[in-house]
Amino acid sequence: MTFHYFLQLVISGLVIGSIYSAVALGFVIIYKATRVVNFAQGELLMVGAYVCYAFLVQMHVPFWAALLLTILFGMVLAMFVERLILRPMIGEPTISIIMVTIGLSLVLRSLVAAVWGTEILVYEPKLFPQEMVEIAGLPISLEFVWCFILSLVLLAVFSVFFKYSKAGVAMRATAFNQQVAQSMGISVKHIFALSWVISAVVSGIGGVLIGNINGINSSLYHFGLKVFPATILGGLDSILGAAIGGMIIGILENLSDGFCKAYLNLSGVKEVAPYVFLVIILMIKPYGLFGTKEIERV
Amino acid sequence: MHYCGDFRTTYRKDMEIFQTPFIKVCMAVFLVFLLVLPVLKLKGEYLLKGEYLWILLQILIASIGAVGINILTGYTGQISLGQGAFLGVGAYTSAYVTAKMGLSFWVGIPAAGLVTALAGMVFGIPSLRLKGLYLAIATLASQFILEWIFVRWESVTGGSHGITIPRPSIAGHTFSTDRSYYYIVLAVAIVMILFAANLMRTRTGRAFMAVRDHYISAEIMGIHLFKYRLLSFGISSFYAGVAGALFGHSLKYVTSEQFNIEVSIVYLAMIIIGGLGSIIGSIFGAVFMILLPKLLSVVTEMVSADIPSIARLAISFEHGIFGLIIILFLIFEPDGLAHRWKMVKAYWKLYPFSY
Repeated sequence: MTFHYFLQLVISGLVIGSIYSAVALGFVIIYKATRVVNFAQGELLMVGAYVCYAFLVQMHVPFWAALLLTILFGMVLAMFVERLILRPMIGEPTISIIMVTIGLSLVLRSLVAAVWGTEILVYEPKLFPQEMVEIAGLPISLEFVWCFILSLVLLAVFSVFFKYSKAGVAMRATAFNQQVAQSMGISVKHIFALSWVISAVVSGIGGVLIGNINGINSSLYHFGLKVFPATILGGLDSILGAAIGGMIIGILENLSDGFCKAYLNLSGVKEVAPYVFLVIILMIKPYGLFGTKEIERV
Repeated sequence: MHYCGDFRTTYRKDMEIFQTPFIKVCMAVFLVFLLVLPVLKLKGEYLLKGEYLWILLQILIASIGAVGINILTGYTGQISLGQGAFLGVGAYTSAYVTAKMGLSFWVGIPAAGLVTALAGMVFGIPSLRLKGLYLAIATLASQFILEWIFVRWESVTGGSHGITIPRPSIAGHTFSTDRSYYYIVLAVAIVMILFAANLMRTRTGRAFMAVRDHYISAEIMGIHLFKYRLLSFGISSFYAGVAGALFGHSLKYVTSEQFNIEVSIVYLAMIIIGGLGSIIGSIFGAVFMILLPKLLSVVTEMVSADIPSIARLAISFEHGIFGLIIILFLIFEPDGLAHRWKMVKAYWKLYPFSY
């Protein structure tokens, strides 16, 4: 394996990883604020990608407007989901909450398949320039660079939001202790809804980005399953962890795939590698790189 | 003398599985019903034909699998998203033993159970440190890893082509029809379900429930947490293995698509809809989840026959309705069908003087 090939694997892993990061960010926002494990995160990404496609290609709306409308749609959808499905589940055991989000994922998937079918659809016109640029001697499509930069911007914006804005601080307070937050005048209900809204928007934007690069089809929700390795590695309740975890998992899955192809003559390792890492991480460091360690007292 | 109501004066009576003479008679009648149902004839034709018999067979097999996952998730509180893959391990083991090694079905089934129990215990090792959500994610990973092995380990699993496997035979008689195979499955199902019901009355079963309800208290009371968690994984996977093997032999064909993540979700849905920590609930759940897709497809066919233009819509909504039913159940009947069954029984117990 040449160094050139190695570098290529790392960079393409980084690009896919940045999408993983965006979806993982959405997952962590919900988990942190509401302790809901959202198995429908990939479906939120898928809905975002398809809705943007509908505005951009089917209705010929300019891109900036399509993106805004997609975000708006994501917000409304998230509010409905939170109010109708998740709020009645407050206080139910983990297994019920897992199951309800799995049910939600099935519903969203079938809605998308019903409206848009299952074939591959391509964004037209392309949002980002298609030319190649050279980075460190490697030809890289400019759309990858744009996608990577936009993901980083997204992550940065939300880091700042959580650190400095009033709503962000309120969300962190709620995650820390709901009762105390409530007694300080924070509406926990609104925070729950807000976390779903932000999460759907972030995932939706991730969907738009990936739709631009690969086109969209009904198996886009698979991105949601990669969220688990990424967030476990980064720590389930850490925003920074989600960002870094997503990138690392993207690179690791690409590298292990490349290595196994080159040296072990084993193909298709990409599908399974993240989960092997997941099990290893769970065995040695279950709370991840930046997660809060749960301490139990009797 | 029979009082109005149901009084038990000894612990022994309190722990009985079938508590009243009436229930015993009912169960006996139900058993006879299950035994004669496939051979009942109406005007010279079997009452249960083709697909209906197949559905009954699948319900029995699913009951075994559902009881298995309920032992792990419902009784011990360890959420498992890997039941589908464990069914697969059982099916492939039995397929390998019968089709490739040429041994009998009667070796294949216990081998499937044991190998799957071993696999379950290996993937249950993370339960030493993890619980709840983290364990759910670990079992999700095991689902994907096992699925990948099913496709890639071609010398054993036949890769994406799968393996063709025979139906069982005793002393030269092959149980080649669904009708005869049904009796084998019924016998295995009854034995395994009764074993599970009994297990929950033993020291082990009570330890499982103690681990579920409060694992710290359980540990303080001298229950070895890791041992019982692993044991629960083992027993549960044994059930999954046997169910998977029976499923494989019923189809006479094993491929990896039959054991994907959706199967795990269906099994988890079975015990949630049926009732967590309830044997009868597992069976209700199995019946419900096997019948539901059939019912949906019947409805879809009827609708698309009338209005062909929405056929595509209807087909893609099948999954959605499935998801919607799971959501509605969780919101409106979180304790499952077993709870509803209890309410119905309680109502009729004192009828007509319930108040």
